[in-house]
Amino acid sequence: MAVAETYAININDMEFGYPDNPEVSFTQLNLKIAKGERFGLFGPNGAGKTTLMNLMTGLLKANKGHISLLGHDVDKHSNTVSKLFGFVPQDFSFYQELSPVENLEFFGAWSGLTKKQISQRTDELLDILGLDEVRDKQVQKFSGGMKRRVNLAIGVIHNPQILFLDEPTVGVDVQTRHAIINYLKKLNDSGTTLVYTSHQLSEAEGLCDQVALLDDRKIITQGNIHSLLKEHQHKTLEELFIDLTGKEYRD
Amino acid sequence: MFKLWITIKKDIRVLLRDKVGIALMFVMPILLVIVVTSIQNSTFQLVNKNKLPILISNQDTGDASKQLVSALSKIGMFKVSLTPQSRDAASIADAMHNKDAVLGIVIPKDFSAKVSAKSKHVAGKAMNSFGLEGDTAKNADTNIDPLTIYYNPILQESLRLSVKGALQSAMQMVESRQTLRTLYYSINEKQLPEKLENEMLNSQTTVNEIPVSKDGTRRTPNATQHNVPAWTIFAMFFVIMSLGGSVVREKVSGSFIRLKTLPTNYWVGLLSKQITYMGVTMLQALVIFSIGIWLFPFMNLPALNLPGDIGALAITTLICGWCAVSYAICVGVFADTQEQANGFGAVSIVILAAVGGLMVPSFAMQGTFKSAANLSPMHWCLEAYYTLFLENGKLKDITNNLAALFAITVLIQVVTYFGLKRKNLI
Repeated sequence: MAVAETYAININDMEFGYPDNPEVSFTQLNLKIAKGERFGLFGPNGAGKTTLMNLMTGLLKANKGHISLLGHDVDKHSNTVSKLFGFVPQDFSFYQELSPVENLEFFGAWSGLTKKQISQRTDELLDILGLDEVRDKQVQKFSGGMKRRVNLAIGVIHNPQILFLDEPTVGVDVQTRHAIINYLKKLNDSGTTLVYTSHQLSEAEGLCDQVALLDDRKIITQGNIHSLLKEHQHKTLEELFIDLTGKEYRD
Repeated sequence: MFKLWITIKKDIRVLLRDKVGIALMFVMPILLVIVVTSIQNSTFQLVNKNKLPILISNQDTGDASKQLVSALSKIGMFKVSLTPQSRDAASIADAMHNKDAVLGIVIPKDFSAKVSAKSKHVAGKAMNSFGLEGDTAKNADTNIDPLTIYYNPILQESLRLSVKGALQSAMQMVESRQTLRTLYYSINEKQLPEKLENEMLNSQTTVNEIPVSKDGTRRTPNATQHNVPAWTIFAMFFVIMSLGGSVVREKVSGSFIRLKTLPTNYWVGLLSKQITYMGVTMLQALVIFSIGIWLFPFMNLPALNLPGDIGALAITTLICGWCAVSYAICVGVFADTQEQANGFGAVSIVILAAVGGLMVPSFAMQGTFKSAANLSPMHWCLEAYYTLFLENGKLKDITNNLAALFAITVLIQVVTYFGLKRKNLI
């Protein structure tokens, strides 16, 4: 138990296959992510990044093995686990008809916050993410970058200890990307473990300290980003990625 | 409770910003109620108050045809116009094309002579059977040439049958009068006195019409009492146009997935939707009933009379609304796109309405459809409403209808649960 708690995420001998597509499966997958890490999960399209993230967040259930978050089994203690992490999906997973304040009120309540906590966190987040001026406007009229920030704010409203981010900066301009990355670094400095996927490898280099490369539902390499580059004699993560996964289309 | 309240607030906000959905849920059904009630009220008035315009081409010059025209005028159902005798039968069709009349009757040449011949023959047979000497020429032509009715295709079959019945009744009267006169003359060798003739021919029995009601009150049903309850049910099921799409949007946008990762059971979300939209269905009923009560009289339509048992009306509306909301959520859960939810939703409620007897009374349906009506929740709701609105029934009179409606609603909820499970949404 004491060992398990040193990890934010601990995956042991996990097996998973979709019922309608058993060939797409993970076998004997092991992964450990320490508390406070900025962990990047990379791989070509179809490698299994989103599926693995869905397994870690309990959206999918493993057929065998164990997944625990901060020592709590994801399947057995789903209610406890769901209070520990936040999730920022790739899609704009909120109500575009509502304003940022109304979205945060709703998702804050569903995250278990009180009215006072919601109000306090809403003010904080809208200020930090530069959304204060549009706090009462309908999100559907926002730019893509502003929607991304709303998506992020909802994921962190309850101050999660672990934050899962599925391509949080896709389709945004340079300014918004910098703002989001800087905010994530600050969040990590305050103790939040980040688990992040992206195809923006240069961005990932600047954010992550630990990475895992995933291909064909297998972890092909894993470790500290600088050690991996040194070991494989590459200057950038992109070179390492191409070297290990090839240049063919992978969809 | 805090989570539920915040979720209801969210659902109300989403609903209020769906302008098209609101229009579909309120404006469209209100228009439907007004239009259908007005049209049906016109039909009621056409039959009961106004007279059907009828054009008669009398090719005959005798007395019997005049009696027939007179008898048709006295029925009170027709506004009779005669074409000039010089014009042929085909001119009736032309006149009807010009919308001068919706019905036309052609009385053939020699009609009176044939009626007279037939009455002499029948009177002769009657004399013989009395043991008197009667004129029963064996070769007498007793077949009267048929009358021809032209009708505008817009006339419903039931109305055409009524017209045919009225015409046959008039014919019967003419033939009977002729036979009676002939018979009287044969026996007494003088004309039948008019007073006696009227006493013999005119029915002295009046027919009372009494609408059946549970409490013995005699309130005559009208287009409003029939249509307002029926189309209120339709309106309630119309929430599918907003709610079904809303559920699909939650799925497609990924909100559903995000909610699954949060420490709150999705049943809170489903309960909130049901409470919010049941409020909408109650509001729809309130608005439509209010229009029936207060606005209809200004539109020359009969005012809606609410049933005596308002509690039963509220319970029926509540259960019907719950059923409509459950159905909308169920369609939203199974549909993959908003187009699917809206398309299937709209078509399916029209089918449920048709099968349920909203468009054609279920008692007028044939075997299979009559049985199928029991599967439509709208049928049970309509039966309950009609018991309350038309028969002034009480809650005890509609418990069977409400039980069936409740059972169908529970079944829809169970199907929704399996749909959510199957799609990994809960």
